[in-house]
Amino acid sequence: MDIIVCIKRVPNLAEAEIEIAKDGRRLVADDLDWDVNEWDDFAIEAAVRLKEAHGGTVTAITVGDEEAEEALRRALAMGADAAIHVRDELLAGADPWLTAVALQRAIHGHPFDLVLCGAIASDGASGHVGGMLAALLGVPCVALATGLEVRGRTALVRHEVEGGLEREVEMALPGLVTAQSGLNEPRYVSIRGIRKVADMEIAVKTAADLGLAGKAMECRVRLEGLSLPPAGKGAEILGGDVDTAVATLVARLHEKGGL
Amino acid sequence: MGAALLLIRAAGPASGRSLGLPGPLLHGILLGAALAAFAWILARRVAVLRKGAADPRLDRIAERLRNLLVIGFGQSRQPRYPVAGILHILIFAGFLVLLLRSLTLLGEGFVAGFALPGLGGPAGEVYAAIKDWTALVVLACCAAAAWRRLVVRPARYHDRFAVRSHGGEAYVILGLIATLMVADAVYEGSALAAAGERTWGLPLASAAARALDGLSPGLLRRAGTAAFWLHNLALCFFGCYLPVSKHFHVLSALPNVFLAKLPPHGRIKPPRHGTKPGAAAEEIGVRRLADFTWKHLLDFFSCTDCGRCSDVCPAYATGTPLSPRMISIKCRDEAYAANPVFGRPPAGERPALVGAIVTDAELWACTTCRACEDVCPVTIEYVDKIVDMRRHLVDEGRVPATMQKALASIEKRGNPYGKLGKKRGEWVADATGAECGVRVLARGGAADLCYFTDSATAYDPRLQAIGRAFGRLLATAGADCGTLGPDEVDSGHEARRVGEEGLFEVLRERNTAALGERPVGRIVTNDPHAMNALAHDYEGLETPVAHHSEVLAELLAAGRLTPGAIADGRTYTFHDPCYLGRHNGVYDAPRQVLAAIPGLRMVEMAAARNRSFCCGGGSLYLFHEGEAERRMGEVRLDMAAAAGAQVVVTACPFCLINFEDAIKTTGRAETMEVIDLAELLLRAVTNGKEEPRPA
Repeated sequence: MDIIVCIKRVPNLAEAEIEIAKDGRRLVADDLDWDVNEWDDFAIEAAVRLKEAHGGTVTAITVGDEEAEEALRRALAMGADAAIHVRDELLAGADPWLTAVALQRAIHGHPFDLVLCGAIASDGASGHVGGMLAALLGVPCVALATGLEVRGRTALVRHEVEGGLEREVEMALPGLVTAQSGLNEPRYVSIRGIRKVADMEIAVKTAADLGLAGKAMECRVRLEGLSLPPAGKGAEILGGDVDTAVATLVARLHEKGGL
Repeated sequence: MGAALLLIRAAGPASGRSLGLPGPLLHGILLGAALAAFAWILARRVAVLRKGAADPRLDRIAERLRNLLVIGFGQSRQPRYPVAGILHILIFAGFLVLLLRSLTLLGEGFVAGFALPGLGGPAGEVYAAIKDWTALVVLACCAAAAWRRLVVRPARYHDRFAVRSHGGEAYVILGLIATLMVADAVYEGSALAAAGERTWGLPLASAAARALDGLSPGLLRRAGTAAFWLHNLALCFFGCYLPVSKHFHVLSALPNVFLAKLPPHGRIKPPRHGTKPGAAAEEIGVRRLADFTWKHLLDFFSCTDCGRCSDVCPAYATGTPLSPRMISIKCRDEAYAANPVFGRPPAGERPALVGAIVTDAELWACTTCRACEDVCPVTIEYVDKIVDMRRHLVDEGRVPATMQKALASIEKRGNPYGKLGKKRGEWVADATGAECGVRVLARGGAADLCYFTDSATAYDPRLQAIGRAFGRLLATAGADCGTLGPDEVDSGHEARRVGEEGLFEVLRERNTAALGERPVGRIVTNDPHAMNALAHDYEGLETPVAHHSEVLAELLAAGRLTPGAIADGRTYTFHDPCYLGRHNGVYDAPRQVLAAIPGLRMVEMAAARNRSFCCGGGSLYLFHEGEAERRMGEVRLDMAAAAGAQVVVTACPFCLINFEDAIKTTGRAETMEVIDLAELLLRAVTNGKEEPRPA
């Protein structure tokens, strides 16, 4: 089976000193380090495991700047066979809609059985692209998958629904699944693994290559501004011995409706 | 005792006929067949070694000969297990003595009254007496060894992971040795009985003679001949049985000791011997049997299944899936199954060596503490093998999730905690902003000492206090010390040992470059892991490397630090960190520091110095959560408590973290304290005015 995985390179904000640029719409990137979006790791791993079990190919696609190639190399090191890099200044600051359109155009001409996306990206956190892309491709979609199995032309997907419940559904292929944590444990990518795919060719597509121009390039969501959340009043540490502390905690939880 | 009594000329088969053939002819056939079978078996075994990877082992011959004499012939590692060790020493020494007798008896098969050159005259008489007494001792040892295995049943002979026991082979060998002794005694005893002689010079032969008393001369003669044939048959069988059993060590142990890994023990083997570091190999590490080096395969052949390695292994003791002994046994079983002595190799694919025979969980359970290697009587190596197998796992992406995150953080930010690289030098000042005296060196900045903190001491709030304590001591002593600050990255010590060779190379290059930009006289670190990496893994780094315990011992010896008394009524003990002690042989420096503190009441744990018990492992191993029944740190605290100590002094940041955790998990917060050597010395030097430690 042939699988497309859509991935994104995102900044690692844990422990980072986050600074917002003067225009109020970007982060100052000087001290940030970047990696593949964690949810996309689950998608790549799922794709590679399906390929290992059923044969076929895995193609990784990203929409991003020059540096985003790093994410594609990582996917190749994990076992993807080919990569497509959609790269254009005109796509900088693309909203989920424009990203989905660009992905759909890049996928066009590549027959597929399954498209896998991360359920959400850790930077924008909209969780829109997967669903929009499925609609644009005209295929069914299951979001927030925690289990995925393929039998013939059907995908069995376990996914999270409201109220902390999980549901298992069958989906006819071709289709699109968005991955979340719990789907698998992604394999480790060693430095040697990255080095081994350093010379693999990656197809680069510009907006023009994809026939994107004029009205098709319009974003539907405009970012007004970024701000840091106001600092809280700090934490309270429950004192006393363990029994007292636990009793206080339980009382406090009852009080606030947590239990 | 007269010459006539000691030089017995029993009726050998050379003068008569056996099975209708002239004695010498039959003996020639037996010996020829045995030698041919032995050569065939040995050639098949050597063929397995020849499939192994390259491993140069013929350097530093003088040190190798010394090992051969001390560990091999001297059996220096045996007495650590007194009963089994002394039995083994006696049987081994007996073997050497009896070897001459066996050769003589082989000669007697051809020539009646054969004597080895030099053993025909009075020397032969002396030898005959020594030999007979030795045989008696060996026989007694065999009986004692069998008793131990049958009745005493020490736990270490029964590995909890053993699938099929090789213990039966031990009885075959003990039986064969006993057969050799008894047959020779009957052979000689028959002659004594025929002559009506007894002598204390030949206790075993005389005993046999007493048993044979009363038989007719004809029967005595036949008994002697039968005993002769039994002896030489048993000897021939023994020789051929060795290479197909766990007793191959009788032949391979001495070569194995000669070819042992030489110090520094802490240096990890390169992924492939004979290739440049960083050369792009298609695969690295050990995936299948032939990926091991030939010497590592010889290790498997040499394992005696004695179980000492697993008996001292902290991973085995705490109920993890690892038993180092089983790595040798399982790999040998596989080597023999895949390469049978007789017949074709079995058809079909063999199970995966790494993954099926040796599981991932076994490999991740090892903290590379080297206790197993230190105790092995035949110098089998484990750490290099385990690292080689992990290299394969890393190549395959099979790394526990808990470690993946830490490795990714090292790759992105230079430390496993995911802290920012630019904050790496901030530890030099405490929470109040007071600096400890170690200054962050800009590029080009010179210093006598360069303090390499490594990630843990640089970032962990508890461990930063060690760094500052050491810094204050250096400042008090007037030493000039700088540190790399933001230009330092993780030493890569654990990255290399979990098998992430590529990441290690990147880190080594960055640190080597940062050190190269600053003229420093000596590198010092409080982290034995970092010391080990910088001293042994950083090829091309010329700057000498010292541990903070060594520098502190020097400053004390030079009178540059004057500690006040610590007499708080508590008893202190020193825990030897694995990478300071077993890997680098530094046992005395920290003890000199402790001895310099007046009034300090010290006690040694039973498992001190090279017998130290690992705290649980450092760096990436702080993140590892494998299957275990207990934590190593808790077991070690039990040992400290058993020694009567209330304070455990250590000299490694990870030991400190693991023990502080164990103090909490074992409810010892009120009764035990763990402290770093530098912190304790600062306490003595400042008379208790040290920095308050974070909770």
